[in-house]
Amino acid sequence: MPKIYLDYAATTPIDPKVLKAMLPYLRKDFGNPSSIYYLGQKALGAVDEARKTVADFLGCDAGEIVFTGSATEANNLAIFGVIKTTKITKPHLITSQIEHHAVLEPCRELEKQGVEVTYLPVNKEGLVGLAEVKKAIKANTVLVSIMYANNEIGTIQPIAELSKLIKKTNPKILFHTDAVQAVNYLDCDVEKLGVDLFTLSSHKIYGPKGVGALFVKKGVSIAPLIRGGGHEAGLRSGTENVAGIVGLGAAIKEIQNPKHKIQNIGIRQLKDKLIKNILKLIPDANLNGSQEHRLPNNVNISFQGAEGEAMVIALDQKGIAASTGSACSSKSLEPSHVLLALGLSEEEAHGSLRITLGRPTCQEEIERFLKVLPPIIQRLRQISGYQL
Amino acid sequence: MKPYYSKKVIERFLHPKNFGKIKDANGVGKVGNPRCGDLMELYIKVEKKNNKEIIKDIKFNTMGCAAAIATSDMICDLVRGKILKEALKIGYQDVADKLGFLPPIKVHCAYLAQEGLKAAIKDYQKRKK
Repeated sequence: MPKIYLDYAATTPIDPKVLKAMLPYLRKDFGNPSSIYYLGQKALGAVDEARKTVADFLGCDAGEIVFTGSATEANNLAIFGVIKTTKITKPHLITSQIEHHAVLEPCRELEKQGVEVTYLPVNKEGLVGLAEVKKAIKANTVLVSIMYANNEIGTIQPIAELSKLIKKTNPKILFHTDAVQAVNYLDCDVEKLGVDLFTLSSHKIYGPKGVGALFVKKGVSIAPLIRGGGHEAGLRSGTENVAGIVGLGAAIKEIQNPKHKIQNIGIRQLKDKLIKNILKLIPDANLNGSQEHRLPNNVNISFQGAEGEAMVIALDQKGIAASTGSACSSKSLEPSHVLLALGLSEEEAHGSLRITLGRPTCQEEIERFLKVLPPIIQRLRQISGYQL
Repeated sequence: MKPYYSKKVIERFLHPKNFGKIKDANGVGKVGNPRCGDLMELYIKVEKKNNKEIIKDIKFNTMGCAAAIATSDMICDLVRGKILKEALKIGYQDVADKLGFLPPIKVHCAYLAQEGLKAAIKDYQKRKK
């Protein structure tokens, strides 16, 4: 039985070209970029080249890219980094209720330290309202952090519009976006988006795990979280993960390959087929998030009378990997904060299944999934005593 | 590699033998809450034989994770045919042990099964009065 992976929002397999680009830096070109002899400078050159590739993709200068150990770290650096350098005595920060924990937890920590935080609500589709943002802005607002695309429901926020509104209200307010899920599919020109800080991850874009990057617009002052030898212009000390950074660069290069742009159209079609057929084949099922403002690879559906963790385990027994927002699969035993923010009941959040497609996803896999899922839901409903 | 769930949990989850309702149940226990994710209903049919109250049959409906379904099914097997006093001695650890291994975060599912049984027996005793 072939294994079917449908959890590309969790992580992606490394692209063969990416791996090939990385390997020399794990073997013969293992030098430390800080060393002044040949081997060191070779490694430094590779890091610089990757920095240039990422910068070109974002439409910024290479000097505006900081490599980190993860996107979580990049988000932490953006949020703590801005607050640490602000001159405002009681700063205010705006974010949304559906951010990734890598944004929410730094915000909660800052709240404990006396920073004022507004967690903006979202509408049924998961969209942050422009009017809500405008209303939330105060004289002491220093930073707004809104994700580009949501990891659970795939809702895409109007980042450029939000930026215009924020900057029009007060050009001094900094705007950060966590774009981890967006990079594969959406325009990431930071100038067009109008952002000051932008987070991306390598392992979500067919690159290696353990690398992230933060774009920090020239002139934006942030303080480092990790101090040491002053790497990454003093913003992130620690010997560079050279092979990882090279991998991130190669992954960014590969995203721009026209082949993948065409492939993305195919992914969108498979996603539409999947949504349409699941809703047709299985009664009492509802799509979570937005039809229109949605990543081309995200499906998130709630099934009444069935629980998500049980669905994931049953699918796994059939060789299919998918994900859920159910409390039963989370470490905290809390239902997904994203689904609850959409206005779903706890039961509905428990009955959610997230299927995310990727480059290797093919028609046959979707067809097999559509064969396997309905009897699983039916069975779980029998066990729960759910009456259609 | 150690799988998330033991073979026994997966087996019980995929092929539970005891789900469904008992039409003439004389005790029903409903436990759990939607926040933690699991809702468990246990139905018992208690019969008196030689002055002893015996759980003649027990069934469940559970909306919950694989572990909650497995523990529900297991407790049914553990107490069917037992006199009430003995059934009440069955603890969540017995349920967990019978399933081989439960991830630590899922031990509360075994506890839920124990609570469900207690609630069903309590309901039976209340109805008897």
